Amino acid sequence: MAKLPLQFRLNGSDRATFVDPASNLLDTLRRGLGDFGPKYGCGQGTCGVCTVLVDGEPQLACLTLAVSCEGRQIETTSGMADGPNLHPLQDAFMDHFAAQCGFCTPGMLTAARALLAKNPQPSREEVVEAISGNICRCTGYEPIIAAILAAANAPGARRA
Amino acid sequence: MATMEMRKDLFADERDDNLNVIGKGVQRQDMPGHVTARTRFFDDHAFDGMLHLKVVRSPHHHARIRAIDTSAAERAPGVKRVLRGADVPVNKNTLLSLINFGKDDEPSLAVSKVSYKGEPVVAILADSEAQALAACKLVRIDYDPLPAVFDVEETLKPGAPVVNETYPGNYFEYHERFDHQKLRFGDVERGFAGADIVMEHRYQMSPIEHAPTETNGSIAAPEQNGRYLVHSCAQGLFFALGTTAKIVDVESNQLHFIGGTVGGGFGGKVDSLTEPLAVLGAMLTGRPVRFVLDREEEMLYGSPRGAERIYIKDGLMRDGRIVARHIRSYFDAGAYTRLSSYAAIKCTAHVPGPYWIPNVASDIYVSYTNRCPSTAMRGFGVTAVDFALEVQMDRLAEAANMDPMELRILNAYRDGDMKPHRRAAKNTALVECVQVAAEKANWPLSEQAKRASSLIGGGAGERSQIPATQLDARGQIGRPDSRNGPVTQVLPAGTSRIAPSKQPVMEGARDGRATPTQVPRYEPQRPAAPPPPPAYQPAPPPYQPASSYSPPPAPPAPPPPVAPAQPQHGAVRFSSVFGTRRR
Repeated sequence: MAKLPLQFRLNGSDRATFVDPASNLLDTLRRGLGDFGPKYGCGQGTCGVCTVLVDGEPQLACLTLAVSCEGRQIETTSGMADGPNLHPLQDAFMDHFAAQCGFCTPGMLTAARALLAKNPQPSREEVVEAISGNICRCTGYEPIIAAILAAANAPGARRA
Repeated sequence: MATMEMRKDLFADERDDNLNVIGKGVQRQDMPGHVTARTRFFDDHAFDGMLHLKVVRSPHHHARIRAIDTSAAERAPGVKRVLRGADVPVNKNTLLSLINFGKDDEPSLAVSKVSYKGEPVVAILADSEAQALAACKLVRIDYDPLPAVFDVEETLKPGAPVVNETYPGNYFEYHERFDHQKLRFGDVERGFAGADIVMEHRYQMSPIEHAPTETNGSIAAPEQNGRYLVHSCAQGLFFALGTTAKIVDVESNQLHFIGGTVGGGFGGKVDSLTEPLAVLGAMLTGRPVRFVLDREEEMLYGSPRGAERIYIKDGLMRDGRIVARHIRSYFDAGAYTRLSSYAAIKCTAHVPGPYWIPNVASDIYVSYTNRCPSTAMRGFGVTAVDFALEVQMDRLAEAANMDPMELRILNAYRDGDMKPHRRAAKNTALVECVQVAAEKANWPLSEQAKRASSLIGGGAGERSQIPATQLDARGQIGRPDSRNGPVTQVLPAGTSRIAPSKQPVMEGARDGRATPTQVPRYEPQRPAAPPPPPAYQPAPPPYQPASSYSPPPAPPAPPPPVAPAQPQHGAVRFSSVFGTRRR
């Protein structure tokens, strides 16, 4: 099958590649462009570990056709830190021990980032709702919720 | 970070210095990688020219394979290689063979029959995952369905379908002599006869899927000098390395395993489910090979926690003392052993729970059924029986009209109490745990229960003694009558070691079943010819009175063949499997 050209911005850099028309965004990011931030967990849109931001909206990369991302802004956890300076959410996740095996962490951070961009002072219920599509099988939800609430109150948190 | 309280009054024997880390918040070394997505899990590696491996799995619970036709799949676009059982150098393995425990019983790719739905039969290596999946649909396998058995007790009955040809009785054979793990301490029957209340209940657990967020998988790639690099999800990296080396028949120093980042394991990543075929594929194609289970395969083929059926029979006095406990449990191994043989040993070591009971017996079976093989998961062999034991304790409290917390304090081990395993309990703390839990829950306890202590009342008189113990021949393989056999021996009080029966496995006639298939065992260190099986030896005299007990005469078995000592890989770690003590 003929491949199609595809261009988008990934974490602030212009990227161009050729994709199979049936490729999803997850395979394109991981196998095509070498960004291993988003993970494969189920391929069915149920676990949330592949969550990325497409034009600021959280989307499940495993259910997103790669060609639908032409010209869009894609952001992943790999581009979240500003050089050596961690994003306040990353600092808060470290301070609150909000990762155990670490596999759900990139998706959790992305879901939290989308939440704080829209709602800088979320309630606990809003935090729970925002990460309800992200499964943590190590069941460390409480430290994750605490970390997101703490980041919301930290200086610089509004920088999405 | 909240700090924890170290109750040094309870753990006086533990280290007495002040702890620098426990109870304090210390940053984990892997946390910066996790929050920046720089942690590399096994699948986070790119290789040029990587092939994708997918597996054709059995749609049947139990079926004979009449024929396999892979010709169309081999011609499919992108397919580089098709693997069948005959391509696997050592196509029969059991995980604990690394410590020489148990017989090889599980093929990497099924050859003549499948024993559970999801069992792998054919592997396809193709340029893309989509091509491999498309080619899987072109494989034609002609099955002849067989009757299947799913119940842990039904499978032990004569006439049940044989699930696993290596263990034709459908039970794991311990030391090639016993059909279960057995514990005897005192005389439970006399205990029940003297009890005010005798209560028996049945507990049934379900299998539990680990469901790690990262599915099982690995990537194998040829390195220089005939070595293979393997990025693995394994929880036990050297366990996976040893298993892979055996199955693909290479020296372990030809394998370079990289791991340590596991995207959720919980016990479900100890089985080396993908590494052997990934390495074999890389060897046969010279290309990097990625073999990752999808979510459905993880559920079908990734082992769950084995379901257990547990019967607990207790003798209870009206004052709340438990005087006898008999536990019978069946551990559902599924179709192959994996780690279930170890689960039953752990279970036996755990009963009768944290309680001093003067008469204890337990019989723990590993049953094969036509279900997905089960394996390790967070306290496997212990958690299920604990659930059963503690529900039983609540029922006993109700029967004795006692507070359940008080019943536990009354029966809890105290320091110095003799356990049925013939070792003294030490550093016991159940009494204090219950007291603290009751306090935190505002649960009223009697003054007597509040004053109780693990340091008081234990290890004296009857509580410190090994009682005279009833033995029977139940569970010896090759004795069709043995499972319900009568008492054959009484060990006098104080006997700490029971000499195991040396009776060999009899040929044929196991519970009236056909002669078992002889499955060659993997024996890398031995010369070619195996020693002939020892001749049948009659059982020792069935009954010896307690007063004149002497050890049964050793059967005149032929001298053991002179063989070089086998390496005991990891024996220290798993020493409980052999019953050897760790010091």
